[in-house]
Amino acid sequence: MEPLEFMDISVVVNGTRITRRVAARQHLVDFLRDELGFTGSHLGCEHGVCGACTVRVNGEIVRGCLMLAVQADGAVVETIEGASDSGGLAELQREFHERNALQCGFCTPGMLFSAAELVARESPPTREEIRLHLSGNYCRCTGYQSIVDAVEAVCRGRSWEKAA
Amino acid sequence: MPRPQLGESGMKPDNGISVARGPADYIGEPLPRANAVRLLAGRGRYVDDIRPPRVVHAAFVRSPHAHARIVAIDTSAAAAAPGVVRVITGAEVARLCRPYVGVLAHIKGMQSAPQYPLATDRARWQGEPVAMVAAETRAQAEDAAQLVEIEWGELAPVTDPETALDAATPVIHPELGSNLCFERIVDSGGVDEAMARAFKVVEATFLTARHTAVTLEPRSVLADFNPADRQLTVWLSTQVPYMMQWIIARHFALPETRVRVIAPDVGGGFGLKIHTYGEDLTAVAAAILLGRPVKFVADRLESFASDFHARGHRVKARMAFSREGDILAVEVDDLYGIGPYSGYPRGSANEGIQVANLVAAPYKQRIYRGRSRAVFQNKPMYGQYRAVGHPIACLTGEGLVDLAADALGMDPAEFRLRNYIPADAYPYRLVSGLTFEKLSQHEALEKLLAMMDYRRLRAEQAEVRRRGIYRGIGLASFVENSNPSSATYGQGGASIASQEACTIKLAATGGITVAASVVEIGQGAEAMVAQIAATHMGVPIGEVKVVTGDTETTPYGGGNWGSRGTGIGGEAVLQAAKALRANILSFVARLIESEASLLEIRDGNVVQVESGVVRMSLEEVARTAYFQTERVPRDFQPELTVTRSYAQKTYAGVYTNGIQASYLELDPETGVVRLLKHWVVDDCGTIVNPLLVDEQIRGACVQGIGAALYEQCLYNADGQLMNGSLMDYLVPMAAEMPDIEVGHTSTPTATSELGAKGAGEAGTAGAAAAVMNALNDAMKPFGARLYTMPFTPERILRALGKTGER
Repeated sequence: MEPLEFMDISVVVNGTRITRRVAARQHLVDFLRDELGFTGSHLGCEHGVCGACTVRVNGEIVRGCLMLAVQADGAVVETIEGASDSGGLAELQREFHERNALQCGFCTPGMLFSAAELVARESPPTREEIRLHLSGNYCRCTGYQSIVDAVEAVCRGRSWEKAA
Repeated sequence: MPRPQLGESGMKPDNGISVARGPADYIGEPLPRANAVRLLAGRGRYVDDIRPPRVVHAAFVRSPHAHARIVAIDTSAAAAAPGVVRVITGAEVARLCRPYVGVLAHIKGMQSAPQYPLATDRARWQGEPVAMVAAETRAQAEDAAQLVEIEWGELAPVTDPETALDAATPVIHPELGSNLCFERIVDSGGVDEAMARAFKVVEATFLTARHTAVTLEPRSVLADFNPADRQLTVWLSTQVPYMMQWIIARHFALPETRVRVIAPDVGGGFGLKIHTYGEDLTAVAAAILLGRPVKFVADRLESFASDFHARGHRVKARMAFSREGDILAVEVDDLYGIGPYSGYPRGSANEGIQVANLVAAPYKQRIYRGRSRAVFQNKPMYGQYRAVGHPIACLTGEGLVDLAADALGMDPAEFRLRNYIPADAYPYRLVSGLTFEKLSQHEALEKLLAMMDYRRLRAEQAEVRRRGIYRGIGLASFVENSNPSSATYGQGGASIASQEACTIKLAATGGITVAASVVEIGQGAEAMVAQIAATHMGVPIGEVKVVTGDTETTPYGGGNWGSRGTGIGGEAVLQAAKALRANILSFVARLIESEASLLEIRDGNVVQVESGVVRMSLEEVARTAYFQTERVPRDFQPELTVTRSYAQKTYAGVYTNGIQASYLELDPETGVVRLLKHWVVDDCGTIVNPLLVDEQIRGACVQGIGAALYEQCLYNADGQLMNGSLMDYLVPMAAEMPDIEVGHTSTPTATSELGAKGAGEAGTAGAAAAVMNALNDAMKPFGARLYTMPFTPERILRALGKTGER
């Protein structure tokens, strides 16, 4: 049997159900960027190291370059555009802005998704834990410190809320 | 001073009279950048995000050999592949684009050979582009690229700088007669005598690895040629739109006015994006041939194999000093391998020039000999990367200083303090001919020692060592060129602007539009421009809109390189804002029959200086000048759009200075280094936005730390890249990096009214040296020293004599 070159998929992206015929070899971020125009997810290495393509699939962050679009069939996908519009990242975005925790911004969407996982934790992480957790996201511009500061500030704020 | 709020407006009119506060001073304020908001929301617009109709995507066929003849190319199978629009070879591009030679006339003896966008007869590095496939999708282009058949005739590659000049080594460009690109010699005379009579001489050989900038956004280009009006538009991830406009126009023989270069959001530059790349020119050629937009975005492997590389120096150096601890003489011999051509248009000489000029530059320097030689290699193109040459000069000088202090049993901080150029000796002329306007080294050292609590840290180091914990403290004084004059490029014939300009305009609603020739690459240029413009216009910063990165909408300038955006570009903004303010005040003075000197602009209103009473809002000024010209006296024409330019012409460069310290812990069993803390004191003169400056310095330090500990492009003897992925080429990630504390001294330059010097490169200049000295301090109990970067666990274990034990 010949391998399938194309497949039909149905996927919810940023709250909208989308049905498309996609190339079987197309990875998720090319699908999001090229087919749907969600260009907020970036491609930095296409081999799963830099984290610039990080998106959420069924609530979990994934490397969008290591997942095929066809694997997202039936899934719920959230990109930076959707997560921004929904306000889910607003606190992190505000702290990143206040502390200049970005320069060129190319890593930032992925960085925010990784950071959001930490914010969602029960107890606030230490700086070392933040650094470790963000080590799947390469930033060439900042010294990471302002990013760590921003994430730490949001996590602390959240723990105050939880304690209150 | 209270922090001004974004978009804050003046007080509400009361009884018909409103009174404005004093003019806002945004210079020195840590304001968040306005343009960061869209980047945070994923609404940035990088080159690859731009998708015009009928765009075709390019993939390149690259040489698999470091050096080989192209015997034959067969593109027929590729041309017939699905989706392929055109396959373009070197010969076709060469018919459209003239070759280029990367030499600068003012660098004596410099030579290189003509280079074409795609290899024509011969490929000279592995990864050199040879053919382009343009197809409807990138995937189709990549598929077809694999079908291009090339018959190669392999040639012996030149891959070792040490033997590049040997008679037995083939010459890469036979017509040049040698593999030597250039040699620089600086000599005060008297070096040998001083070395002979000195109390002691220390020496070492310092090796830096060949590495590269690794911008997260790879090189990206989108070229669109409209044959109907012969207009070319190039969206380019670049730091230098005007330089590229000139190059494209010149080499394609197009009128410069028909070439528009736009730098949209740029995903990191660091010097990587100031060079001419064959892929960019080939995309332009394809756009002209096809009459369709052509896009190329490098993938990570081809970035490693075809981006400009840097460093990779072998520096043999020695330092003579007296019994009392005075440096008497310094000698430096630098050798480094560039690509098979000198880079265009900046040349590949600058790293070597800085090394020959600047070793031990922070110190009284009377007897000095420096030599640097650049040799051609069959490796990727080579050139300017953040802090060009300074990190090498710094680690050489600072390594020698630590060796000398150690030989004397003197504290390294004390040795530095003793030898700095005296504070009253400025302007200070180096043997190389460079002049330091004014440095603040004594103050910087004092501040650094206080920040790190040096004495306590030394005590802690000694205390933990008794418990078998090996920590090291390393210092590195650095200088860094900034605000360069035309001495860097323009004087040598390169068409790279030394000047920057700013056009400032009063909008009809009273807002201010500022078009600046500096380019936003994430460093915060637009925020800097807005803060200076708002301050000198006297308007709330929210009223200022900044435009950059487009040759058709901004005035002429050199863009971002050489730590010059704020120092030169910012001064142009300051002068433009002052000029527009003066024009507005003269205009209003005429309208209300007052004197301009009695008026000023506060909070967007023209007010009486004394009383603060508002006489006219800027909106009213604009409305009068633009719409209600019947209110304007017949003999008066208000000019509410103003352009000002600025070039620094006093010094070759306005040098900045500072000092860094690293505190680290070495595991002698594994050879792994853990960075505990890093400190920086930097003097960049006037700081426009400390929030931006500090994180830029931290980022620059991290790039220097990357060079010290991780980064290297590994080539085998055949010139094959061994580590072309981010899994194999290590970059600093958050977990390995320490907190970096940044402090400042401030010595504004007198060459401009703003007083700003550069801040973008200084962190990189000193970080590797600080880590090196800290590592050697930690290894001292073992009697081991290491000067070969990166300091990998393997190298450290070898230095400790711990390999091969089992």
